[in-house]
Amino acid sequence: MFKDITLGQYYQTDSILHRLDPRVKLIGTLVYLVSLFIVRSVPGYIFAGIALAALIRLSNVPFRYIIRGMKSIMMILMITVLFNMFLTPGEPLIRIWKLSVTREGVIFAIRMAIRLVFLILGSSLMTLTTTPNQLTDALESVLGPLKKLHVPVHEISMMMSIALRFIPILMEETDKIMKAQIARGADFESKNLKKRIAALVPLLVPLFISAFRRANDLAMAMEARCYRGDSGRTKMKPLVYKKSDYTAYAIMTAFVLCCVALRIAGF
Amino acid sequence: MSLSVKDLTYIYEQGTAMSVNALNHISLEIPDGQFIGLVGHTGSGKSTFVQTLNGLLKPTSGKIYWNGQDIHEENYDKKLLRAAVGLVFQYPEHQLFETDVITDVMFGPKNLGLSETECRDRAKEALLSVGLDERCWTKSPFDLSGGQKRRAAIAGVLAMKPEILILDEPTAGLDPKGRDEILNMVRGMKERLKMTIILVSHSMDDVAEYADRIIVMNAGEIMMDGTPAEVFTHSSELEEIGLSAPQMVYILQYLKENGLPVETDRLTVEEACSEILRVCRDAGY
Repeated sequence: MFKDITLGQYYQTDSILHRLDPRVKLIGTLVYLVSLFIVRSVPGYIFAGIALAALIRLSNVPFRYIIRGMKSIMMILMITVLFNMFLTPGEPLIRIWKLSVTREGVIFAIRMAIRLVFLILGSSLMTLTTTPNQLTDALESVLGPLKKLHVPVHEISMMMSIALRFIPILMEETDKIMKAQIARGADFESKNLKKRIAALVPLLVPLFISAFRRANDLAMAMEARCYRGDSGRTKMKPLVYKKSDYTAYAIMTAFVLCCVALRIAGF
Repeated sequence: MSLSVKDLTYIYEQGTAMSVNALNHISLEIPDGQFIGLVGHTGSGKSTFVQTLNGLLKPTSGKIYWNGQDIHEENYDKKLLRAAVGLVFQYPEHQLFETDVITDVMFGPKNLGLSETECRDRAKEALLSVGLDERCWTKSPFDLSGGQKRRAAIAGVLAMKPEILILDEPTAGLDPKGRDEILNMVRGMKERLKMTIILVSHSMDDVAEYADRIIVMNAGEIMMDGTPAEVFTHSSELEEIGLSAPQMVYILQYLKENGLPVETDRLTVEEACSEILRVCRDAGY
């Protein structure tokens, strides 16, 4: 039932990208997203595309696997493109009833589509090569300076990693409860909408109760191990930059400079 | 009314690198009125197997016949099958959801389309069968104790009047007293309601005393199938797959090896005790 969710899923394999420090990948993704808005011309997009293709190649994640995660986004993408084509004011190309497709609209829509696709590919490449735990570690470290402003960075990242950890557990739980109720004759596939909604009660009530029970147990287990938040806490695997991480930062800087140069040169 | 399984295979995540062969060409006959203990180590496929029996999981290949009819045939009414082959999951108390116990037990019969009064009658009958005190019936299921919750949940399946009752690890997480209570309750139900029982467990001690047929599963295959006495003579083979014979068998085997002429097929403490006393008396102690 939940097989098609690839967005935000880790793909287990070994590659240069998998071994990079998660902070590099987090910052790199942000930099890439920003640079997508720096470039605004065909050569610029080709440049960004080549960079992305090279990264996908380096990641050892099969291209088909990445594309599968795109399917769910396709619908949103289509709607965005259509709206932009029809609703951007400018020189009309084709008229359909009261709506007209404008030249500006088509250009804008194409640009938008390219940016969105690159954006999604780029960020899913990060989640595919970084485990959720590494990612929250990176987030905590990158946002570290905010602690001075009394932002509870550690607590936020801890909540994030717990939430992520609980997704598969709760999915499994849902499956189990669903089966137990089907064994008692429950019908989750009724054609009647009202019945279908009513059928959710025997699923959701036990699910919520089990989520609270698990949360309670986890809180208890954390307290039993003297968890008291950030102060004085050390890590088993502290994040340390290696030589390859610095190289990655250097390549990243070069990439951004190229993008800026392309923009200034008027391409 | 019998259940028959032919060449059943179930593969998880078929066609991916993570594919697991959970069941491997299993064939089995389950005639009426047996008390079957289905035993296997964690991951031996026993839970997957019982979920295929009432059509919750569709086997990758192979057939299941209930009263001679293939349950995966088109237009086969799975709801009636699930009423006839009742499945109580592990930790069944996690499925409780209603505001009071009796309404929760009525959930199954209601899904079968029975009238309100009939649902209530069946629920009462089922609650009496599991021995849940009448004062609990109108309480919220979440106010009951652990053992009571489990009884209430078992009643929820029982109210559908199954002909076969499958219990997946019904004693998991209970203390020895709770365990004995549940197992005695199951035996009582079998005798009174003339049901076929399949008790799934990883503990031989759980099933030894109650079952009249034991099926041992290992790595998705049936390794042994016979009466408890037959199965337990293979105690060393059982140990190889991470199981063990009941403790009494070991004691008697030890005594026999050391020269005391006891019979080793006594499974409970009482039986073993009287056997040892008998031999001792014969020897003139």
